[in-house]
Amino acid sequence: MENVGQSIRKIDGMAIAMGKPVYTEDLAMPNALVVKILRSPHAFAKITSIDISNAESLEGVECILTFKDVPNARFTLAGQSYPEPSPYDRLILDQIVRYVGDEVAIIAAVDEKTALLAMKRIKVKYEVMEPVLDFEQAIGHPSVVHPEEDLSCNFEIGLQKENNITSSSHEEVGDVDEEFKRCAVVVEDVYYPQAQAHTMMETYRAFTYLDHAGRLIAVSSTQVPFHIKRQLARALQIPASKIRVIKPRIGGGFGGKQTGAGDVFAGLVTLKTGKPAMIIYDRKETFSATTSRHAMRLKVKLGADQEGFIRAIDMQVLSDTGAYGEHAPTVLGCVGHYTLPLYNKTRAVRFDGKAVYTNKMPAGAFRGYGATQGTFALESTVNMLAEQLKMDPTEIRLKNISKVGETFLTGQGVMLGSSTLDRCIAKGKELIGWEEKFPRREVGYNKVRAVGMAITMQGSGIANIGTASAEIRLNDDGNFTLLTGATDMGTGCDTILSQMAAEILEVPMEKIIVHAGDTDTSPYDPGSYASSTTYVAGGAVVKASEELKHKILAQSAAILGVAPQDVEFDGLAVRTISGDQEISFAKLAELTILGTGKLQLVGYATQGCEVSPPPYIAGFAEVEVDQETGKVDLIDYVAVIDCGTVINPNLARIQAEGGIAQGIGMALYEQVRYDEIGKMATNSFMQYKIPSRKDVGKVRIAFEESYEPTGPFGAKSIGEVVANTPPPAISHAIYNAVGVRENHLPITPEKVFLGMQKL
Amino acid sequence: MQIELTINDKVVKWEVANDEFLADTLRSHGFLSVKKACDTSCCGLCTVWMDGKSMLSCSVLSLRAHSKKITTIEGLPKEAEEFAQILSAEGAEQCGFCSPGFIMSVLAMKNELVNPTEEEIIHYLTGNLCRCTGYMGQLRAIKIYLGVA
Ligand code: FES
Ligand code: FES
Repeated sequence: MENVGQSIRKIDGMAIAMGKPVYTEDLAMPNALVVKILRSPHAFAKITSIDISNAESLEGVECILTFKDVPNARFTLAGQSYPEPSPYDRLILDQIVRYVGDEVAIIAAVDEKTALLAMKRIKVKYEVMEPVLDFEQAIGHPSVVHPEEDLSCNFEIGLQKENNITSSSHEEVGDVDEEFKRCAVVVEDVYYPQAQAHTMMETYRAFTYLDHAGRLIAVSSTQVPFHIKRQLARALQIPASKIRVIKPRIGGGFGGKQTGAGDVFAGLVTLKTGKPAMIIYDRKETFSATTSRHAMRLKVKLGADQEGFIRAIDMQVLSDTGAYGEHAPTVLGCVGHYTLPLYNKTRAVRFDGKAVYTNKMPAGAFRGYGATQGTFALESTVNMLAEQLKMDPTEIRLKNISKVGETFLTGQGVMLGSSTLDRCIAKGKELIGWEEKFPRREVGYNKVRAVGMAITMQGSGIANIGTASAEIRLNDDGNFTLLTGATDMGTGCDTILSQMAAEILEVPMEKIIVHAGDTDTSPYDPGSYASSTTYVAGGAVVKASEELKHKILAQSAAILGVAPQDVEFDGLAVRTISGDQEISFAKLAELTILGTGKLQLVGYATQGCEVSPPPYIAGFAEVEVDQETGKVDLIDYVAVIDCGTVINPNLARIQAEGGIAQGIGMALYEQVRYDEIGKMATNSFMQYKIPSRKDVGKVRIAFEESYEPTGPFGAKSIGEVVANTPPPAISHAIYNAVGVRENHLPITPEKVFLGMQKL
Repeated sequence: MQIELTINDKVVKWEVANDEFLADTLRSHGFLSVKKACDTSCCGLCTVWMDGKSMLSCSVLSLRAHSKKITTIEGLPKEAEEFAQILSAEGAEQCGFCSPGFIMSVLAMKNELVNPTEEEIIHYLTGNLCRCTGYMGQLRAIKIYLGVA
């Protein structure tokens, strides 16, 4: 193939690398009002009075808005397909504030200095209430985070607000308790994956203005333009037809930008003043007033028979969704959905989970979306089980993993269409040198090196929910325009989607103009999340391109006066198979669009899938642990990936390397922490450490391609699955090195040191 | 206050406030390659050169740029593009937000270090954070650029 499977550079690569003005802030009008937010200093409080008179009178202040000025319709910031499963539990501004950082007032002024000065002059009185800070104490806590009557849900999600339960999930096949009794070996443990911050380099931002028709235009650094449009319509109580959302280049998202942030505030200011408005969250706000990964407690129990077949799995999850329920039910569900299908020799499986409200920053979508937490817990337990059974950890996986053509207990009969996970494991073993290195060896100076491993899966799109549309047309000049709603956030989907179109239409990529991420012109796409883009949007692009190809062939044949089966594509033309006649695309365009043909040729398709085929990874870590200090150095990380056909190897590899670095951060360094009154203690890069280039060791990626029959060119997803293996694999390696099994992430030197003392 | 400085080989006179930082001044004059990603001098995205040495423009008062030579990536189109081509051939400009600052550091490193080892490269560039790429692709690009294996 000329395009698919090639490491083609990104079409926007040079512009972004050279710092061209293509991001939200670069595009904002210079006269835009600066929007700032006054935030709550209390974790849980009721505003009893708010005096803005001294602030309002300041020269240059355009407007100050409080809870009295906002529409009274609760909504969710979760960027999800309508009807959203997340509860409608927030107002733009509310009289009750539910975490330190919750919004109290919106200030718009001519410049930042004035806005900040005005903020200082706002006088607020609070009735402070007892906050719910420990998520393990949330159920039955005397304080109720969301007592309001008008909170609503689109679905029955198991919400019990009086108990602070946001959502509940239960799934059970077979008799788990009976099955455990029959097992030769049963192991169980409890895990605490932490809240993790996305820390995309471009913080949250949006700028809004009214266009010539009085419509609200939001240029937003978002992964979900269509969902932002719907959110704005609901929150601001204006018709969706009056809103347009445009996504320019964006500086990273990782799921964070699947949740709305400042759009509603800037939008409200523009509606109230009629003026352009710009909101930029600073790093502190991005850390402390947006979303993080859900912190969780997971209890996992596994039972296996004498031969090492895993027969029963029980997983109990408690998820901390913080002050608002963005993504609470779905992340919770994905903990099980993206881990339990790994192993299908089971006879009984049970999943039980609850997400709870607390008075902390909300959790939200983060690359991995529950699978990351679930993988840490399940895979760590599988490693324990292997040890109990005296089996090699790689062998127990090979014995138990689901294979092509097989089903799994909780999967309602869906057959696995593609997997090379067994080959991924074999290849990873070879690359890391498993045979020589497992489990540990002394390297002198009190240091010991050891290896560990884990496997993981994710989905590709959301089965029966995620749909994407694409349109491609032959332009008047013989070039093509591809319209898609897919949201390139640096991941390169504008490029890979045009690679796919170019492959089908047999034209060079330069002939294709991509226009994406604009709700006025793009066909609908939910956005870039749920590992959807390559698989779902890619599927739409393939279908649309095929449709256009057929139309071009048919139309050319008609013009050439032959039957459609007698023509074929040839470069930028269609020719008869006999070779005696041909018509160029440019000529065809001229005749169909400009001339008498009166028919612009367009391919259009909407793609939605009944399945969500899992990509797989086998991850292997080699660490060096200092037995004196507990310091852990990551020496080598190997990830072998089955993402189906690799559409663009370089871009896929960067996705993998970046996701693994985030997983390394989660395993060893990163943690969102709060102080005793619920104030975030990690609101800058000084307190919240993300891996620098010194901390990632050596990360090596290999692909073991499978062919997914339902995927475009056989492709599956890659964006999220890459984040999942480092926590369990690194934790396993540390255990193999020094015997410390640390289940509270991140595994810091202190924890390893203290753990060694206890041995 | 008025300062006079050379920006990308052009002498300019700018009005700046006493408490204004260079990164903001540069952006307000249209040098939009200069990005900011932290408030604590931690990320390196705002890296520009002052008198040929790389520095964090978010942490230097604009007043301090008086009579200095400031260089942004806009002022090094050829050199920067040569490396950017290699970087993007690796796919290692993912969201690209960190790239201009990173490239300014790489070009400064090339001027400063002769035949650097991998450790020296990593050490020199530690202050340039990237959340997207995991750094490996950037390192591959640098090695190609410097012609080291
Ligand atoms: S903006 Fe982060 S170091 Fe300058
Ligand atoms: S490429 Fe996105 S932060 Fe580096």
